[in-house]
Amino acid sequence: MSYRILKNSIKKGRVTVKFDPADISLSVEIEKIGGDLKKMIHAKFGRSFHMREVDTASCGACESEIIACSNPLYDIQRFGIDFVASPRHADALLVTGPVSKNMELALKKTYEAMPDPKFVITLGDCAKGGGLFKNSYYTCGGVENIIPVNFHIPGCPPNPLMIIKTLLFFLQKE
Amino acid sequence: MNAFDHIKNILVSENIGTINLSTPHWDELYVTVAGNDFVKTCKLLHKRLDSAVMMFFAEDLCAAAPGVFAIYCCFLSIQTHSWVFVRQDVVQDDLKIDSLAKDVYSASLFEREMSEMFGIMPVGNPDLRRLKLHNEVWPEGYYPLRKDFIDPHGRPAVGSGYRFKRVEGEGIFEVPVGPVHAGIIGPGHFRFSTAGEPIINLELRLGWTHRGIEKLLEGKEAREAVKIFECISGDTAFGYSAAFCQSVEKILAIDIPARAQMLRVLFLELERLYNHANDMGGIATDVGFSFPANFASLIKESILKLNEALSSSRYLKGINTVGGVKQDIDEDKINIIRASLLKIKKDFSELEEMLFSSISFMDRVDSTGILRVKTARDLGITGLAARASGIALDMRKVFPGVYGSLSFNAAKEHSGDVASRLKVRCHEAKESIALIEQCLERLNACAGHVNVAAQKRGGVALGCVEAWRGPVLVWTRLNAEGKIGRCKIVDPSFHNWEALSYAVLGNIIPDFPLCNKSFDLSYPGNDL
Repeated sequence: MSYRILKNSIKKGRVTVKFDPADISLSVEIEKIGGDLKKMIHAKFGRSFHMREVDTASCGACESEIIACSNPLYDIQRFGIDFVASPRHADALLVTGPVSKNMELALKKTYEAMPDPKFVITLGDCAKGGGLFKNSYYTCGGVENIIPVNFHIPGCPPNPLMIIKTLLFFLQKE
Repeated sequence: MNAFDHIKNILVSENIGTINLSTPHWDELYVTVAGNDFVKTCKLLHKRLDSAVMMFFAEDLCAAAPGVFAIYCCFLSIQTHSWVFVRQDVVQDDLKIDSLAKDVYSASLFEREMSEMFGIMPVGNPDLRRLKLHNEVWPEGYYPLRKDFIDPHGRPAVGSGYRFKRVEGEGIFEVPVGPVHAGIIGPGHFRFSTAGEPIINLELRLGWTHRGIEKLLEGKEAREAVKIFECISGDTAFGYSAAFCQSVEKILAIDIPARAQMLRVLFLELERLYNHANDMGGIATDVGFSFPANFASLIKESILKLNEALSSSRYLKGINTVGGVKQDIDEDKINIIRASLLKIKKDFSELEEMLFSSISFMDRVDSTGILRVKTARDLGITGLAARASGIALDMRKVFPGVYGSLSFNAAKEHSGDVASRLKVRCHEAKESIALIEQCLERLNACAGHVNVAAQKRGGVALGCVEAWRGPVLVWTRLNAEGKIGRCKIVDPSFHNWEALSYAVLGNIIPDFPLCNKSFDLSYPGNDL
């Protein structure tokens, strides 16, 4: 088995660039956007840009796409972006969901635990204004009602490429 | 024997008083009893049908009978392939029912839910702590699912006061975790009590992602509501919308076209496939075995891309509609599926080999997080987790529909540990691929429309879909204008979360993520 794994790895090489004929155009696109992203992060944040993700009652599809950003195909880490376990290590908060009443305090506390300077990026349609859940008795109608938001990544859910592209756009702006 | 006679015989044999039986649909039977016979009837059916409480909920009958609440308790009769609802009515002046949870454990979470959402008091239930409307943010006396509910703008909340079970003694540590976790995952609070390394108690506090979905659905047009169902639990978007559409189609008496039925099976199995790939990778991640974990994430990605090519949504949103599906699949798309499936099939078997041939990996998953069959039965565990603990319950076999014309074997494992749940996933992934292949062959034979229109009609019906995690149940009442009057949703996670707190006992905290991932339960599906 281990021989086969080794053989496979050598044969396949870096999946990120040499994946599947159908994916080559995608890989080139990711590389290009990612390269720009990397330069931008280098110029503005020194070496890397760290985010802490907070789910404030999203359905989980946004989380799935954020996780997909780190899979070997998109591999967002190579551009200097990483998701960290604690808000204390984070440059930005990545928030999904319409903010349920139960999560309001947790979101505030997570925000307060981040060191300055700090950014808040919302992701997914619910996070901005509450989306489908705007009129519910138990949501706060979006993240902007609780903490200041710098930037929004739209989509239900936004796909990984969209997330990477929009992050680049954000960093150009900031 | 049909369901009607079967249930009637059971009830008559035990001298249940006035019985009123009705069958609005061929697989649903309603037994209306007086309040004092309710618990007795439920206990009887629980025992004789060998079924846990599948649903237990209330409905505000305000429009038809002001001040009256109907209480339904639902059991599954596998023998007669039908759902049995026991119903009693209570009036607003005296909102009390006898607690069923005292005798039937699987009713207890439902009773807690009913008391916070409707203010109906189950007399004798020892644990009525709120599940979703946390004391810290919600005042006393506001019951969202009542029709006369008004928003408690700015009213002071009850305050803190969620009583966790405490374990006391020398050397006991309490470890609170959450609601915000270290990973990219939904919010939940876990409180471990440990003595040394092993966990001796785990208590879950959920409800953080409560969005008031059942209330939000009320008054919505059925077609419009499908969108909300797709956002209940993002990883089961198709399963939820299919279950809801099924319930509405039953009310409207629509037979959806054969092609639409086949397409629903196709998409449902695709959903199962990408989630199983995700979890097989997740289990590897949680023991630090990164190679297969990354390999699995690529399998998942390739299925998501296939979904996108077929439906322009990676999570299969926007496909289902009342009366069928919105989009058909042409010959080109069938070829795309065939080509992708070959690769996916090969990748799955490679992934399986990677995992099962690693001794150190198997050592971690074998006999870790055991859920015993007795516990599973008492808690009312359903779906994948139940099948790994020796309960062979698969709704695709009980209510086959179009699955009846396709051949597949339901998974069944016995040891109830992480390895069993992994094996069930491997088995089901293979079966899903085979099912998709069969679907593709049958699609040509059932050409034609993929959706039909229908007249507006009122009524009630239950929709049930065996989604990847387990059965998703959606009970809907439509009023005469075709709007939703009440919708009760039960996700398999609702009961299965409790199973997790039993499965981890005696395991060490570092194995908790592994146990958790092997169940992979939904926060938003549980909290609604």
